[in-house]
Amino acid sequence: MNLDDLAEKAEEYRARDAGITHEVRVCVAAACQSGGSLPVLEALKAECDSGGTCKVKGVGCMGLCSAGPMVAIAPKGGAIPDSILYREVKPEDAADVLASVGGAPVERLHTPTDQPFFARQQRIVRENSGLIDPESFTGYVAAGGYAGLIKALSEMTPGDVLREMTTSGLRGRGGGGYPTGLKWSTVAKMPADQKYVICNGDEGDPGAFMDRAVLESDPHRVLEGMCIAAYAIGATKGYVYVRAEYPLAVQRMELAIRKAKRSGFLGSKIAETQFSFEVEIRLGAGAFVCGEETALMASIEGLRGQPRPRPPYPAEAGLWGYPTLINNVETFANIAPIITHGGEWFAGIGTAKSKGTKVFALAGSIKNIGLIEVPMGMSLREIIEEIGGGCPGGKAFKAVQTGGPSGGCIPAAHLDIAVDYDSLKTLGTMMGSGGMIVMDETCDMVDVARYFMEFCMSESCGKCIPCRTGTWQMHELLDRITKSKGTHKDLALLEELCDVVQATSLCGLGQSAPNPVLSTLRYFREEYEAKLTAE
Amino acid sequence: MSLLQTRPALPSDDKRWKLVNAAMRRNGYAGHALIETLHSVQESFGYLDEPAMRFVAGSLDLPLSKVYGVATFYHLFMLKPKGRHACVVCTGTACYIKGAGSLVDAVEARFGVKPGETTEDDRLSVLAARCVGACSLAPAVVVDGDLAGKQTADRLVAKLEELA
Repeated sequence: MNLDDLAEKAEEYRARDAGITHEVRVCVAAACQSGGSLPVLEALKAECDSGGTCKVKGVGCMGLCSAGPMVAIAPKGGAIPDSILYREVKPEDAADVLASVGGAPVERLHTPTDQPFFARQQRIVRENSGLIDPESFTGYVAAGGYAGLIKALSEMTPGDVLREMTTSGLRGRGGGGYPTGLKWSTVAKMPADQKYVICNGDEGDPGAFMDRAVLESDPHRVLEGMCIAAYAIGATKGYVYVRAEYPLAVQRMELAIRKAKRSGFLGSKIAETQFSFEVEIRLGAGAFVCGEETALMASIEGLRGQPRPRPPYPAEAGLWGYPTLINNVETFANIAPIITHGGEWFAGIGTAKSKGTKVFALAGSIKNIGLIEVPMGMSLREIIEEIGGGCPGGKAFKAVQTGGPSGGCIPAAHLDIAVDYDSLKTLGTMMGSGGMIVMDETCDMVDVARYFMEFCMSESCGKCIPCRTGTWQMHELLDRITKSKGTHKDLALLEELCDVVQATSLCGLGQSAPNPVLSTLRYFREEYEAKLTAE
Repeated sequence: MSLLQTRPALPSDDKRWKLVNAAMRRNGYAGHALIETLHSVQESFGYLDEPAMRFVAGSLDLPLSKVYGVATFYHLFMLKPKGRHACVVCTGTACYIKGAGSLVDAVEARFGVKPGETTEDDRLSVLAARCVGACSLAPAVVVDGDLAGKQTADRLVAKLEELA
C-alpha cells in the first residue's frame, strides 16, 4: 500500500457521508460522560432525521471539561473554532440544539469559540480530539490518519525516520524532556533479535489527565506513533501500559488495536510490507512509581513495580533484558504529524530548545478547567489569565503548581516566564507531564507541601532507604509544622533531609519528592515561619 | 522435573474460577501474567483471599511469596472484602484543594470509618483514590461506581445515608 492507495481509502470513507453538511458532535470522553453526555447523545440521535444533512456522533474531548456535557455543531470536518459550541447540555435540549443547525445558536447554552480558551490554542496532539469518533477506524483514516505510517513504510528507510525525528527536536513529553530522536537512535543501534516498544500511559500525577484524554479521544494516533517507532528501531512487539483507573481509555485502546489489526495496520506484514508489529495492553494496578520506566517494565513482567538502578538504560537492557524504547502517550501522539509534515515543520514551532506544542491540564482555582494545547514558550500569564480565565470569584492568584508531586509551585512574580523544559527548571519546578494546578490566596502553601509529601510517602516503593524513611520523616516534620507545633530546629532538619533524599534516592520519585517543599520554602518561606513555635 | 506440570484443580465449582483460569490460559500460564490474573480474580470475586492467591501461585508456578508481594504492592488489589456499598473519595491535588479532606472528615465523623475501612455492619467501605481524572468536577467521589462531582460534606453524607 502506498500513500495514493491510502488517500483513495480515505476518500471512500468520506464519500459514505456525502449528503452530510453538518455534524453534531457530543463529547463522550470520561469527564463529559460522568456529567451525563451519553443520554444527550441518545436523545440527539433519536431526534435527528436519519436521512437529512446532519449527522450526530460521539467524539473525544473538546477541552473545556468543567462545562460538560459539551456539544458542538460544526460544518462537516470543521475544527472547534469554526463550530457552535454548547455547554452543560441536557437530553431535553436535543430539539433546540438540532433546530439551531445551520442557523442562530441557542443563547442559553452557547459558549463562544472566539474566546482565548479556544482561539489561543494550537492543536497538533489533539487535532482530532473532539472532531472524530474515537471508536471509529474509518473516521481516523478519513481524517488523514495512518498517512504517517504509510509514508514511513513506503517512502522512508528506518534511518530516514530517525533523522526526521532528530531534526524535529521533539523531547519526551512524560516530563523528563529527553530528546526523542536520540532515544530512538540509541535503541536502533543495539544489535538484538528482539526489541520492544512501550507506551507509558501510567499517568499517575494527581491533577493530570492529558494522556487519559488522548487515549480516550484518539487512540489510533498513539498506535500509529508506536508503529512508526517500531519500524524505525526494528521492534516487533509493543505494549501499551495504561492505569486501571482509566477503564474507558483501556476499552477504547483495546477496540483500536482490534480494528487496526483487522485492517492490516497492526500484526504481520503491515500494509503489505515485510514489517510486522503486535501490540498488547497491560493494566497498571495503582502504583504511582510505575510511571518510572524501569518500574513500569518490572510491572509488565508481572513483578512488583520497583525501579532498578540505571545504567543499564532500557535502550540497552529493558523488558526481559532486551533493548526497549519507552515513550509517553503524548510523545507517540506527536510522531505521525512529524512524519507527515516533516521534522523541519515541527522544529519551527516552539522555542529554541523546546519544540512543538504541549498539552496542559488546567485545574484547581481557575475558571476554565480543562485541557489545552499551546506552543512551547507561551507565558504562564497567557495560559492562566487569558486561556484559563484567572481565578474565579475575584480571588487573587497565588501560585501554580506544575509537575505534580515531583514539581514545584511558581508564584505570581514569575508569571511572565515563557514555559518550556529549561525555564521551569530554573524556577525550581519542572514541566512534568503537564498538570497545572492553580492556587488562589486562600491556599495554605505549607499544607500543599504536606499533601504532596504524604503522596510521595505512601507511593514510595520501599526499595531504597532515603526515599522510604526520608519521605516519612519529612511528612512528620511538615505535619508538625502545619499543626503549629514545629520549631526552627524542625525546619532546619526538614531542609537538611530535602538535600539528602534528593541526592541519594534511587529513582525519580525519591529524587524529586523534596521539590514541592523546596519550592514552597523558596517562595513562601514566611508561611512556614509564621507557623513555627518558639523553642 | 517433569516437562508436563500438573496445575492445581479449580478451588471450587464456582463458575468464576473458570474466568480466572481463562485469563491465565490466554497468557499461556506465563509468570508475567500474574498482574493480569490478579485483576481477573478481583473482578470476579471483589477481592483476593488466601485460597485465590494459592491457586494463582500454583497455576502460574510462582512462589506464594511473590504472589503475595505483588498483591500487597499495588494499591488497587484488596485483600479484604468490601462492604455492600463503596464510596471512593478522590484525594488528587485538584480535589484536595477544593476540600476533599473535609469530605473524608465528614464521612469519618458520621460513619466512623477512615479511608480503607469498612463499617462493622458491612454496609459501607470508604476508599481514597489518588486521582480519578475528574479534576474538572472537583471535589469528586465515586459511589458504587457512579461518579459524582462538586460535592460538599453535607451532600455526600446525605447521599451515603440513603444507601440501604
